Amino acid sequence: MQVQKTKHIEALTTNYAMAYAVKAVDVDVIAVYPITPQTTIVEKISEFVANGELNAELIHVESEHSALSAVVGAAATGARVFTATSSQGLELMHEVLHIAAGMRLPIVMAVPSRALSAPISIHGDYSDLMNARDTGWVIYIAASAQEAYDTVIQAFRLAESVSLPVMVSYDGFLMSHTVEPVELNDEEEVRKFLPRALRPYTLNPKRPVTMGPLASPDWYYEFKYQQVLALKEAYKVAKEVDSEYGRRFGRSYGVVETYRMEDADYAIVAYGGASYGNARAAADLARERGIAAGVVRVRLYRPFPTADVLKALDSVKAFAVVDRAIMFGSPAEGPLYKDIAAAMYMHGIDKPALGVIHGIGQRTIYVEDMYKIYTMLRENPRKEVVFMGVRV
Amino acid sequence: MKVYYKTLKDLPREELFAPGHRMCAGCGAAIAMRWITKTIGPNAIIANATGCVEVTTTPYPETAWMHPYIHVAFENSAAVASGVEAAIKALRRKGLWDAGDTKVVVIAGDGGTYDIGLQSLSGMLERRHGVLYILYDNEAYMNTGIQRSGSTPKFSWTTTTPVGTAVRGKIQWKKDIMGIVMAHRVPYAATASISHILDMVNKIKTALEYTSEGPTFLHIFAPCVPGWRYPENKTVEVARLAVETGYFPLYEWDHGKLKLNPPSNAHLDKSKRKPLKEYLKLQGRFAHLTDEEIAELEKELDAYWEYLGKLAQL
Amino acid sequence: MTLPTATELPIGAVVTEPGSTRRNITAGWRALRPVIHDDRCVRCQLCWMYCPEGTIVELKGVFKVGNRTYDTKYEINYDYCKGCGICANECPTKAIEMVPE
Repeated sequence: MQVQKTKHIEALTTNYAMAYAVKAVDVDVIAVYPITPQTTIVEKISEFVANGELNAELIHVESEHSALSAVVGAAATGARVFTATSSQGLELMHEVLHIAAGMRLPIVMAVPSRALSAPISIHGDYSDLMNARDTGWVIYIAASAQEAYDTVIQAFRLAESVSLPVMVSYDGFLMSHTVEPVELNDEEEVRKFLPRALRPYTLNPKRPVTMGPLASPDWYYEFKYQQVLALKEAYKVAKEVDSEYGRRFGRSYGVVETYRMEDADYAIVAYGGASYGNARAAADLARERGIAAGVVRVRLYRPFPTADVLKALDSVKAFAVVDRAIMFGSPAEGPLYKDIAAAMYMHGIDKPALGVIHGIGQRTIYVEDMYKIYTMLRENPRKEVVFMGVRV
Repeated sequence: MKVYYKTLKDLPREELFAPGHRMCAGCGAAIAMRWITKTIGPNAIIANATGCVEVTTTPYPETAWMHPYIHVAFENSAAVASGVEAAIKALRRKGLWDAGDTKVVVIAGDGGTYDIGLQSLSGMLERRHGVLYILYDNEAYMNTGIQRSGSTPKFSWTTTTPVGTAVRGKIQWKKDIMGIVMAHRVPYAATASISHILDMVNKIKTALEYTSEGPTFLHIFAPCVPGWRYPENKTVEVARLAVETGYFPLYEWDHGKLKLNPPSNAHLDKSKRKPLKEYLKLQGRFAHLTDEEIAELEKELDAYWEYLGKLAQL
Repeated sequence: MTLPTATELPIGAVVTEPGSTRRNITAGWRALRPVIHDDRCVRCQLCWMYCPEGTIVELKGVFKVGNRTYDTKYEINYDYCKGCGICANECPTKAIEMVPE
């Protein structure tokens, strides 16, 4: 076991923590376009490049579509790459999200999540990320600046191991612009954790290959199935990477995090920092008031950690899923709710499950709201989607 | 331009673009691809926009390309190439690039350049990436079945500008893509035609070498057999007439100076140009044109030459 | 023919063999076949230069044609010639004839 001895702690926003992680990783090419609330990531990276602290090519692209396209080109050439975006930017990238995954390129992207237009909102929710959830990317949702920093470093290792692009998401504003203490790793140690590995295919005149060909019906499906297999593999590798990271740096998170779940009868399942923090405070409150409450946080969202989520909810009588995104017109409007419902149905599990939509456009989720969810679970366990915090 | 190839005997012999691809018999773009690949030499990476060339040359598990080649999407080949160029720079600085002085070349059609790819092209030019961007212009969306683009000439028939009773072909003029590129103050931009191979390869080579200073651009005129509706043996003849009638002038923009190249350098004198009708009459897409419409095209062409003449005097 | 399975294929649909369209013989596309009459060929290279497929093969050696000697001779690779006839159209001495297949 090797744990760092000297601690280097900085007070950083999650966005700045992203930039520090990128610097530690020794990224080669970064292409980012400004958008709220992502912008301070690229500002900090620009500072590192301007001061010679980060030896990377920073491409000031003219759009998010070009940001992802440029890192696709750079990753295909064998470079270690990074980009970041939010909201409309992620929507503009959408076409290339599928292509990056289909080309199996190890790209890492930070996504401080934000609501979608219209009407325009610069505030946080997960509508942007949830639109990208089935594009073939690995998706993490972090709950603290420290975790986001650690996850970016893990993400590079995972991306390069399974040849898949990885998003590291977190709450726009509530995390992206909130200062927390972050322990930074020794950069030499990070580079040992992320050795440069020769990739099987890159664009190089010494070994010419063609990337992005036309695949006929005889061939196309096999490449899509390869992606299915790669994501299954990523579930396993993500756990291994997290464990090894824990051994080296002293911090690990698992793919699903639980709080007071040992003897819980009622659980809130959530993602992101604000939801998780308030759910934990509500669980404490509920327990003070005699409800055996606990919290399950989904950290790895794609591939969906079905086994870990089902295990965490195994002994509860009822649970609620708090989603900060709306899937309009869906049989259940919460994306995580629908994932868990599908997972349970496939495994023959039938439990009362409440879908809660909240925090849309950064509508404040109070601890009292979360507490109320526990009381709803206890008093009237049922299967239903409720819209909380909205004037109706 | 620098003259790297004086006569046809000097032309590069090695073929770096494999036959067996599915481009149409007599394809003008195929002639362009053959000479682009030969001239840029093996130490180059090609980024290709979606289009006829892309789909006909990369039917999995085959490829006609012998260079490292990447296709990502329609509108972003300039952004992809920006990333490739930046990656080579960064990897070289870190001692991780083993292929020497590798050049980066974009190949895109008129749809991918004039229209959907214009933004990413502008971004790449403005950021001054050392990339040679080659536009092969067949004046419509040929891959999807001959729809009008910003490059389609006025009055031309396409499947989305049919010749009807109320509207007869395309209503608008062809966009001046060279003007847009030149406005980015690139070191070098030039037009070329597949009918004038020596001129074209010298421009390809010149533009390639100038990428050490920044982005360079080539606008290659590449007739399309099914889209322009002429017999497949007439591709080079049509391209030659485009130049000889002054419809497609050969010129280059070299560090802020515009220079007309032979034979276009004689064409400021209108009497030295063949009548435009000789070019139009070979092609079914112009078969419906009346004498009045041809006169309108000629008038616009004269105005264009006047503009070019002024630019050449700068 | 059994095609490779998902796990047997290179990931990401990378084509690993450069120039592999050569496996696809396009001779069948041809309705007309170009035939070079060597006695009329003046070795101007235009057919070689304009062929979209690169199927005009330039041979080097000593070639006697009547009382003339050339160091070059042009032949056609009929595997890939699509029969477009650009070579015949551009030939200044009409040395290339398009003959029905």
